[in-house]
Amino acid sequence: MEANLNSSATTVQEDYAAHTPRDVVRGARILCEALLHEGVDTIFGYPGGAVLPIYDELAKMRGHLRHILARHEQGAVHMAEGYAKATGKVGVVLVTSGPGATNAVTGIANAYMDSTPLVVFTGQVPRKLIGSDAFQEIDTVGITMPCTKYNYLARNACDLAEIVKEAFYIAGTGRPGPVLVDIPKDVANEKAPFIYPERVRLPGYRPSVLADPGQVQRAMAKIGTAKRPILYVGGGVIHSGGTDELVELAERLGLPVTPTLMGLGCFPSGHPLSLGMLGMHGSYWANMAISESDLIIAIGARFDDRVTGAVDKFARQAEIIQVDIDPSSIGKNVRAHIALVGDAKSVMRQMLEALPEEACRDSSVRLAAWWDQIEAWKVHAPLTYENSDQVIKPQFLCQELYRLTQGNAIIATDVGQHQMWLAQYYGFKGPRQSITSGGLGTMGFGFPAALGAQVAFPNRQVIAFVGDGGFQMTAQELATAVQYKTNIKIVVMNNNYLGMVRQWQELFYDHAYSAVAMEWLPNFVKLAEAYGAVGLRATRPEELQGVLERGLSTPGVVVMDIVVALEENVYPMIPPGAGLKEMVLR
Amino acid sequence: MRRTLSIWVENRSGELSRIVGLFAARGYNIESLTVADTPQRNISLVTVVTTGTDHAIEQIVKRVDKQVCVLKALDVTDLRHAEREIAVVSVKLNVGPALREVLQLVARNRLKLVDVSQDTLTLEATGDCAAINEIIALLSSLGIRDIVRSGVVAVADLPPRAAGQEALHPAMNLGSAVPGFSDSASKAEL
Repeated sequence: MEANLNSSATTVQEDYAAHTPRDVVRGARILCEALLHEGVDTIFGYPGGAVLPIYDELAKMRGHLRHILARHEQGAVHMAEGYAKATGKVGVVLVTSGPGATNAVTGIANAYMDSTPLVVFTGQVPRKLIGSDAFQEIDTVGITMPCTKYNYLARNACDLAEIVKEAFYIAGTGRPGPVLVDIPKDVANEKAPFIYPERVRLPGYRPSVLADPGQVQRAMAKIGTAKRPILYVGGGVIHSGGTDELVELAERLGLPVTPTLMGLGCFPSGHPLSLGMLGMHGSYWANMAISESDLIIAIGARFDDRVTGAVDKFARQAEIIQVDIDPSSIGKNVRAHIALVGDAKSVMRQMLEALPEEACRDSSVRLAAWWDQIEAWKVHAPLTYENSDQVIKPQFLCQELYRLTQGNAIIATDVGQHQMWLAQYYGFKGPRQSITSGGLGTMGFGFPAALGAQVAFPNRQVIAFVGDGGFQMTAQELATAVQYKTNIKIVVMNNNYLGMVRQWQELFYDHAYSAVAMEWLPNFVKLAEAYGAVGLRATRPEELQGVLERGLSTPGVVVMDIVVALEENVYPMIPPGAGLKEMVLR
Repeated sequence: MRRTLSIWVENRSGELSRIVGLFAARGYNIESLTVADTPQRNISLVTVVTTGTDHAIEQIVKRVDKQVCVLKALDVTDLRHAEREIAVVSVKLNVGPALREVLQLVARNRLKLVDVSQDTLTLEATGDCAAINEIIALLSSLGIRDIVRSGVVAVADLPPRAAGQEALHPAMNLGSAVPGFSDSASKAEL
C-alpha cells in the first residue's frame, strides 16, 4: 500500500517537473507541489474561506494528494498525529483561518507534548487585512507559538517553497514536533516561480545525532560495573527507530527494562527483561526497581512527573545516565550525572560499540542478586484484579482484547482509566502500536488518532479504545470513518463516569462526586447506526467475547459499547505527592 | 540571583516574541531587554537581564538555545564580561551646591550634558548597573523629574573554544566563534 502511494507521488513529481520548470504559478500550487516533493500522500483537513485557493488547487491534484475531510479541525489534527505515530512520517493538516486554527490548537498542543512530527497549514486573512480584526482573523502564529516547535507566517508566495521545505525538516528531525505555516489567502493566490530548494539553511538548528564519544565511554564504564542498573526508556526510542538497538543493549548486558507510557512497545512487553510500565500506575516491581537502582540509564524519556512521583524521593541512590536528543530535557526534572545528547538509536549504537566484552560476560553473575530482588517484588505484588461473573471488569476487557488480537493491533487511547488499564494489560509487541495522548492528556484523542492510523494502514487491525466521556468529545468523526470506508473498530469502555476524575474524588476528596457521572449517555449502538456504522453492546461478562469477536471481524466501522464495572479503580497507584515506593497496591 | 543572558538570533519576524514568551510562560520577570543588529548580516543580539535560581536559569537558557532561530544563548554572568547601560535623567535646574556637584561630574566625564532648558537639565550617564544607580542617587538631591534607562548590553570576553583557537567575538565570525554553536556536543554540556 505504502509503496503504491510513494510510486504514484513520484510520477506526479515527474509530471510537474515536465510541465512547470520554474513556471510562474500561484502560491496554492507551489504549496501542493512542495508537498509532493516532501513525499506527502495524505492531508487531513477542513476547508474554509481563507484556504479556498488551496482547496481549489487540491481538487486538481485528486489522485495524487488524498484529502481526508474530518468533521472538526481538532479531529483532523489528531488524525494526522495518529497517522504520523503509526508510520513515522510527518503528518499533514490543512485548516482555515480563525476558528479553523483555534479548533486545531488542542491537537497541535497534543502533538507538541508528545513530540509528534506534524506540519499544519492554516489559512489567514489577506495580508492587507491582517491586524484589522477582519472576519475569521486571529493571530494564529501568536496563539501557537508556545505549542509548536516552530511556526511561520508566509509573507510572499515566493517564500512558500522554502518555508515548506524548512517546516518538514524541522518537524521531522531532532526532537520531532509540530510546525505551523500560516498562509494569507492572497499569498495563496499570488504568483511566483516554483523553485524547490535543495537544502535548508538553518544555522541555529542543528540537532545532534551522535553523543560525545568521551561521554559514551564514561557511561559504559558505569554500566559495566553497576550492581542494580535499569533501563528506563521512552518515546524517543520509538521516534528514532531504536528498538533493535535497545533489545541488543538490554540482552547483552541482561538489564531490566521499564518503558514509559509513551515508550510502550519500544521494547517487547513479553520479553523476559521487561518489567512493564513504571510510574503512577506502573507495576510495583518496575517502580521498586527504579527506586532501588544504583544506575538509571534513561533513553528518550524525560522524567515526567507521572513517572517520578515526588522528585525529592526519586531513586535517591541512583546515578543517572540520560540519553536525549533535546539538551533542554537533560537535567530538567532530575539531575543527570552523564548526559548523552543525541538520537536514541545512534547513541545506543555508539554504546554497543563501546561495550566492554567483560561487562557482558560477567553481567549475569553481577546482576544475579538484583534480578532475584526484582523477582521477589514481582511475587510480592503482581499486577492483579478481582474478576467478576456479574459485571465486565475493565481489566478483563483489556486482557480479552489482547487475547483476541494476539497483541498485534494498533490501539489508540484517550486519557484516563481506560488508558492506564490498557497500558497495564495489553502487552504491546512492537513500536508504533500504541498511540496515546501522554503529555497533554487529551480526551477525544484516541478515536481520530486511530482513524489516522487506519488511513495509513487500511489492512491492519486498528482499534480506538476510549472511554464513554472521551468518545463523546470527537464522536462526530464516525462520519469521516464511514465516508472513507475504513475498517476501524471503536471499543467504548463505558463505565458511565469520568472514571479517573471519579477515582480521585473517591480517594482524595472523600467520595464527594462532583460532576463526574455521565447522567445521560447517548445510545452508542444507535449512534453508530445513525452514522452508518455497526453498533454492538455487551453488558455481561458472558457476552464480552462474542461481542468483541463479532465486532473485530465485521468489516467496516464498528462501535462496541462495553458496559463495565462502574466504580473500579486503577491500581497500583502512587498518590499525588508521594514517592514511587509509597505505592498503594489496592 | 540576577543573571545576564546574551542571545544571538537570526533576524526573522516574531523571534523576539518567541524568546520573551519563554520567560513569560514560566512566570520569570525580565528586568531589562535590549535588541540590536550585530555586524553579522541578519543576526541580532538580544541581552536579557532576569532573576532566578541557578536551575531555573540553566533551564531557560537551554530552552532559548534550542529555539530554531537562536544561534546561541549564553549566561554571561559568571564569565569575564562588561555590562553597560545608559540612563537619561532630567533634573530641576536649581542654582546651588548640588548643581556644582553635577557640573563636576560632567567635568570628570561621569555625566554628559544632553540639554538645558529654562528649568531643566537633561543628563546622560553611562555605566554598569551599580554606577548608574550611584549617579541617580547623587542626582536625587536636585529633584529628579524623569529617568529613562536603556537596559543593559553586555560584552563577554569569551573563553577560547579549544586550545590554540582564538576567541573572537561571536558577532564577528559566527559559525566558528560562538562557543558551542558549530560544535553541537558542547551545546548540550551540563
